[in-house]
Amino acid sequence: MYSEKVMDHFQNPRNMGEIEDASGVGTVGNAKCGDIMRIYLDIDENQIIRDVKFKTFGCGAAVATSSMATELVKGKKIQEAMQITNRAVAEALDGLPPVKMHCSLLAEEAIHAALWDYAQKHDITIEGLQKPKSDIHEGEEEEAEAY
Amino acid sequence: MKPFIYLDNAATTKTAEEVVEAMLPYFSRHYGNPSSIYSLGADSKKAVTEVREVVARSIGAKDNEIYFTAGGSEADNWALKATAEAYADKGKHVITSAIEHHAVLHTCEYLEKNGFSVTYVGVDENGIVKLDELEAAIRPDTILISIMFANNEIGTIQPIEKIGEIAKKHGILFHTDAVQAYGQLPINVDQYHIDMLSASGHKLNGPKGIGFLYIRKGIRIRSFVHGGGQERARRAGTENVPGIVGLGAAVRRALRIMEEKTEKETALRDELIRRIEEEIPYCRLNGDRHLRLPNNVNFSFRFVEGESLLIMLDMEGICASSGSACTSGSLDPSHVLLAIGLPHEIAHGSLRLTLSEETTREELDTVVEAIKRIVERLRAMSPLYEDFLKEKQ
Repeated sequence: MYSEKVMDHFQNPRNMGEIEDASGVGTVGNAKCGDIMRIYLDIDENQIIRDVKFKTFGCGAAVATSSMATELVKGKKIQEAMQITNRAVAEALDGLPPVKMHCSLLAEEAIHAALWDYAQKHDITIEGLQKPKSDIHEGEEEEAEAY
Repeated sequence: MKPFIYLDNAATTKTAEEVVEAMLPYFSRHYGNPSSIYSLGADSKKAVTEVREVVARSIGAKDNEIYFTAGGSEADNWALKATAEAYADKGKHVITSAIEHHAVLHTCEYLEKNGFSVTYVGVDENGIVKLDELEAAIRPDTILISIMFANNEIGTIQPIEKIGEIAKKHGILFHTDAVQAYGQLPINVDQYHIDMLSASGHKLNGPKGIGFLYIRKGIRIRSFVHGGGQERARRAGTENVPGIVGLGAAVRRALRIMEEKTEKETALRDELIRRIEEEIPYCRLNGDRHLRLPNNVNFSFRFVEGESLLIMLDMEGICASSGSACTSGSLDPSHVLLAIGLPHEIAHGSLRLTLSEETTREELDTVVEAIKRIVERLRAMSPLYEDFLKEKQ
């Protein structure tokens, strides 16, 4: 059901862990649907993502998309990281089963949520970045979408 | 094929050697149609008749009360739809439980769309149907109570005799989905006041694609498949003779080994439960500790998601199952785990291990070590566990 790449990222997740005193942390998803993703970003003064870590509670696809998303943003400028879409994450993994596409969306949202947290802390505006719509607590009230 | 440890016997079982051997002659030697007049057909008919007797005796029923079907789901569909249709003039209310198999639940939803009303009785925290709630749900127009004998996910065995008594007292038909229980537990339809019972061959080391519905004599029930006169014209279509023969061999075998199998599995089950509880923190046994199928173990591991756990177990050659949403193709975890009151995130972290008479202590040692290692690894990855540890400090 999963591509070899997904299985590889699930079995050997890249950048799994925490960053102490991270520049930005974002948590998205909700326990009701069984997926929670947290992204830690370490961003330097030139707005380059120096380091990134993730923690994920979820299925194989959720872990693999988190892992892939961290690889895609590492070393990138904030604006470049903003361009990474859920589709790009899924494509980089050689595709996801249709019922798992929401996992890649979660990865995109987690990156945005962490960037939002960074922007709030540093009182800056990142072009094109909106307040994350779902967070771990709000999400529980939301109706699950049918996929 | 790599060596593997099979702990998903509630999903399906290995077809026993003696079952396969019994079936083989009925493919290319005794291949006659039981309805044919010549002796080749008569051989097939004799085989079908014999199995009908074996199956009937296994539940204390009469031969003419056994109807072969293509499996448990068909038997459930038949029991519910045909009863509803035949008794609609008496009433349009059906009572079932919140933890039934989808073959019953989705059939009930179908009935609801067709003008029937259905009450889904709740269960306690161990998954036992609340009898007071059941009795209170009975209305003058209630025609059927359908409650499973034992649950497929958490293994809880229902108080079937009491439910049968309640149904009898109120003059309501009682159907039980015994797919998980039949072949594992002794069943007598008269003792338990069962009017209809569904069972499936492949759960008791028989072949897939064969099952039966027991219908007590005297019950008005409509034909499920229209056509020829097979199964007393209630379920038309040429009999699945090899399947029926296989079912017969499986039933004989199940009855022969039941006592020994139950004893062995119960001991291994309880040891597995004890070890998981002792060796893995933050876990919860789902289902009743004692009123449970001899081969069923079901745990929730907090902060861990079931599908991830299953994939990692699979990589170590261990076959198991989970009630997590991701394994069902929907976003909601198992309706059974939600019905026993588990919060979503804990329901997502469930693992079902179902043993067989071939399961060994050594296999379980391997499995416990694997679960320990994998749960630890997934928790290290889990933001929920991180938050939990921070709150604990």
